[in-house]
Amino acid sequence: MKRRHIEESIFKALMIGSSGLVVGSLGLILLTVIAKGAPALNLAMFTQTPKGGYYLGKEGGILNAIVGSLYLAGGGTALALLLSLPITLYLGSYVRRRSRWAPIVRLALDVLWGIPSIVYGAFGFTIMAALSIRASLLGGILVLALLELPIMTRAMDEVIRMMPSELEQAALALGATRLETTLHIVTRQTLPGLTTAILLAFGRGIGDAASVLFTAGYTDRIPTSLFQPAASLPLAVFFQLGTPFPEVQQRGYAAALILTVLILLVSLGSRWLSARLGRYAIR
Amino acid sequence: MNDAHIQVRNLNVAYSQNPALKNINLDIPREQIVVIVGPSGCGKTTLLKSFNRFLELVDGAHVSGQVLLDGVNIYDPAVDVTEIRKRVGLLAQRPYPLPMSIYDNVAYGLRIHGIKTKLDMDAVVQHYLEVAGLWDEVKDRLHTPATRLSVGQQQRLCLARGLAVEPEVLLGDEPASALDPISARHIEQRLLELKQNYTIVLVTHILRQAKRLADYVIFMYLGELVECGPAHEVFEHPKEALTRAYLAGAF
Repeated sequence: MKRRHIEESIFKALMIGSSGLVVGSLGLILLTVIAKGAPALNLAMFTQTPKGGYYLGKEGGILNAIVGSLYLAGGGTALALLLSLPITLYLGSYVRRRSRWAPIVRLALDVLWGIPSIVYGAFGFTIMAALSIRASLLGGILVLALLELPIMTRAMDEVIRMMPSELEQAALALGATRLETTLHIVTRQTLPGLTTAILLAFGRGIGDAASVLFTAGYTDRIPTSLFQPAASLPLAVFFQLGTPFPEVQQRGYAAALILTVLILLVSLGSRWLSARLGRYAIR
Repeated sequence: MNDAHIQVRNLNVAYSQNPALKNINLDIPREQIVVIVGPSGCGKTTLLKSFNRFLELVDGAHVSGQVLLDGVNIYDPAVDVTEIRKRVGLLAQRPYPLPMSIYDNVAYGLRIHGIKTKLDMDAVVQHYLEVAGLWDEVKDRLHTPATRLSVGQQQRLCLARGLAVEPEVLLGDEPASALDPISARHIEQRLLELKQNYTIVLVTHILRQAKRLADYVIFMYLGELVECGPAHEVFEHPKEALTRAYLAGAF
């Protein structure tokens, strides 16, 4: 009897400890980034492009990287969504559950999910080299779309699989076509989950450094066309932390802080949005 | 004119080689309440789902034979399945309102079938909510989510939603079984009123409910049609030994 009580408390402590560790590490990361980055934060960081080069410059801001990252991740997410939504809806409402095709698609997506982003970057780079395209916003967007696609699709797929099939049948019983059912009922019911999936993929895309390293390049300027190179926040962190100058390093931490806050906002935004969009959802 | 609204001819249904319905032949009379009874797993729901081609949604289901709706085989490849489902409505076992407002739930079917003007819509929505006996309870909150209704109210909303597309036949798959006794009575009452204008086919495993509602009874056992006929005949003078045993509570 005593032994079982000891077991109970050991495992309880383990569970609480692990959960605490997660929250603790988030806090620690935030603290580090804030402590190191906050002193370098000023209005100019948000409103100006770097002066004196991104690698050595101690003046100006990182507007190039902020805008570049939003362009890259925004474009990549939009492009990924364009492919992801049809795949998801196809898997979720068109393919019969016993089909042999669906598991193959899901396996492919799972494998793609597992591929490290540097491999995506290298893959993109190879193709761009073969077509003799230089590092550009477009290249970055394409590779980010590729990177985000499996995450978005699998997240959406899980959301749609959770939906009760009776709900679809309710619409079909009224004489709705499959497409009408999918567009009016399935998407509306799963909208909160779909939104979360999109923002999850966006978060992954905006934070990724390796995939855009070769494909989007880096620049001090804000790109004005798809064929110009684009800066990004993760690379701003990478380059500025790599300098020997403490002032520039501090700017790197400031960029990390901005990136972290951006992702935090996306996270909170997705929660807020799914709560709002879920108003009509059937539970 | 033949008084049978639905005629079933040599209907066989199998779920991945396992027969669920064996050679069913049957006439469903017009504008009556037809109740399908029988023990669990006897094919009641399968038979019901064959009337609106819902078996197509089941993996591995194979259907052969004919189901004639006003003389037209609904399994004919030339027949538009959405048209069939518009004519043959379904009230499911548990209410699943669509993820939209109360108003839109009733209006949805009309919208997909092409009725668009706002004025007509308001009148139609009100009419069918009244028919379903829900109007007085929801008239002040038509634009709130349908999920805020109680389960009993949701089932009446599903009834209004199904009626709004103006079907001729209404199928019910134990439509009162998930409801509390008062809500269940409410639905039964509505169905009794509706048989003036609709052919109603119900599946139930509650014998007392069948006796309250049925004009015509179909008794199924292990995928076969054992006996069918007017309710008073089947309930009071069953011809088959199996029916007698079932009515006596042997299953």
